[in-house]
Amino acid sequence: MSEKPAIEVKDLKVHFATRAGTSVRAVDGIDLVIPNGSFHGIVGESGCGKTTLARTIVGLQKETAGQVVIGGRDRAEWMKSDRKSFSRKVQFVFQDPLGSMSRRQNIYQTLEEPLLIHGFGSAEKRRNRIQELLDLVALSSTVLDRLPRSLSGGQRQRVSIARALALNPSILVCDEPLSALDVSIRAQIVNLFTSLQKRLGLTIVIVAHDLAVVREVCSDVTVMYLGRVAEEGITRPLFREPAHPYSQALLSAVPSANPLIETTRKRIILPGDPPSPSNPPSGCRFHTRCPVAFEKCGAEVPSLREAPHGGKAACHLATSNKRPIVD
Amino acid sequence: MTSQVEPLYAINDLVIDLYAATVSVRAVDGVSLHVMPGETVAIVGESGSGKTVSTLGPLGLLPEGVTVDVRGTAKAGGKDLVGMASARLSQMRGAYFGVIFQDPISALNPMLKVGPQLAEQARRFCGLSHEAARKEAVSLLARSGIPDPEDRYNRYPHEMSGGMLQRAMIALALAARPKVLIADEPTTALDATVQAQILELIRQIQRDNDIGVILITHDIGAVASVADRVVVLYAGQVAEEGSVLDVLTSPVHPYTRGLLASVPDFRAEDRVEAHEIPGLPPNQIKLEPGCRFAERCEHVEPQCRVERPPLRTIAAPGTPHRVACPVVIRREGIAVQ
Repeated sequence: MSEKPAIEVKDLKVHFATRAGTSVRAVDGIDLVIPNGSFHGIVGESGCGKTTLARTIVGLQKETAGQVVIGGRDRAEWMKSDRKSFSRKVQFVFQDPLGSMSRRQNIYQTLEEPLLIHGFGSAEKRRNRIQELLDLVALSSTVLDRLPRSLSGGQRQRVSIARALALNPSILVCDEPLSALDVSIRAQIVNLFTSLQKRLGLTIVIVAHDLAVVREVCSDVTVMYLGRVAEEGITRPLFREPAHPYSQALLSAVPSANPLIETTRKRIILPGDPPSPSNPPSGCRFHTRCPVAFEKCGAEVPSLREAPHGGKAACHLATSNKRPIVD
Repeated sequence: MTSQVEPLYAINDLVIDLYAATVSVRAVDGVSLHVMPGETVAIVGESGSGKTVSTLGPLGLLPEGVTVDVRGTAKAGGKDLVGMASARLSQMRGAYFGVIFQDPISALNPMLKVGPQLAEQARRFCGLSHEAARKEAVSLLARSGIPDPEDRYNRYPHEMSGGMLQRAMIALALAARPKVLIADEPTTALDATVQAQILELIRQIQRDNDIGVILITHDIGAVASVADRVVVLYAGQVAEEGSVLDVLTSPVHPYTRGLLASVPDFRAEDRVEAHEIPGLPPNQIKLEPGCRFAERCEHVEPQCRVERPPLRTIAAPGTPHRVACPVVIRREGIAVQ
């Protein structure tokens, strides 16, 4: 494996024009480095641009400005010159497995399609590969002649993961792969992801709004707010001592399943809704809802700086040994 | 709680069969549950467990296009909703129950402004005049935490954010001053920080009004956060019920234990692998006798597959704690009342 990081995102901007002539700045200046073999979580609320970021990393969305570099190669350039070798390297798993599969293809056809497109061996070799894939995601071969519709949500998500793995990619980018699943099934898929990552040495990026899952599986995490990185770092220390006031509120919003903790703990209830990404506030984008904002926050965009947890936070009040405390 | 107080809504031995073109599904299979004044009861279960159908089915709120067969009783305000004529049921539904749906945008009429929809409820079910109903609607919006309620009164649903709409939905549910508020997955469609706001609002409504709240959810955190009592449903049957403290901190039924273990405690320090319950919930089209959870259960015994496990009350101070698993009760020597 090369020493180049799996994914580098450099000052990435993705803007969408609206009919009113304004533009929605879904991703508005993001830098990100995801090393090989890491399990990276991207979290934030709807409209923060996390899905757009993920889609742009894999080239499903074109960037307005900036660059995505995959394993040292410019993604846009790579896709233009050799689209197939790029898709053997990077695969995407969609939020809704049913919507991302053809309803008329059975599971065998669904799994065989990428192998056919990439000219993977003889019919027998393909059959063997499909069996391997089923084993990898713990599905029984009885699903092969069924249609996606007749499978349960968990089975469908296993199929879509198997399909993404068909060509042995080294990077898997997943958009909310768990949010359509029931709690007990979610745990099965979470464990599947962690075991696949260990067995295949994958780099996995997961977009999620379920912070409990991110805390459990992701080694590193990026917290987004309105198209920008609010905070990033190693998951556990960051979740224990979030430096950005927004991360503090976001983490505080997750209820504990233990009523003894839940009924006594302090909550940070933020005022209002996240502002619209077509008209983001000046300065720090969080200053309109931030309980500890002061004059500078509305005037000056805070850069990402070192935070006590060892990662970085985009807050004027954070330093390497001090963080603002919201209560 | 004294025995003189009548439950506001009491479902007893409810069975609901749903018939579509070619199949029938037993969505609810002998469920009993109730809510007292001033109490919040959470109904927990996965999709298909019957949590919505058992609670909203007796009110006639079921998916369209299916034929329904309801047996058992569902008493509210001294009347049985099962078998009630649809006109009377509709009156009951408006006046006695307030319902908050998962998806507020589809529950509000997109062609009408938000405020007049609230005022109509207040007029129709509380007999208020036009002017009084308008005032009441503005005050409801304000009480639901909507800033600038006079302005929002004249807004259309599409002009409001998801969190604002859910607040408007809650205002609408409270417009007819219901005795029972049923919230069906009220926070599922919302973002984390907005979820926290809505849960806080539900807590506040429960404190300020002496109504009964039924919270239908799959989010254990929401249960711990707002409920007093919890009923765990599995495949249309009650697996376990009791106070939130008893059920969430000392669960007995293997399904409840598995469910809680599969939601890692967000605030626990050590990293534990997510516990998974193997397999899938049963197919409710082909019903097997015996315990519905038997196929996925690590404690299964031959008798589990033969006989439906009875709900037994186990010793717990205060709110009764009931569990439909004689096997764990026996193996762990849990005292039965």
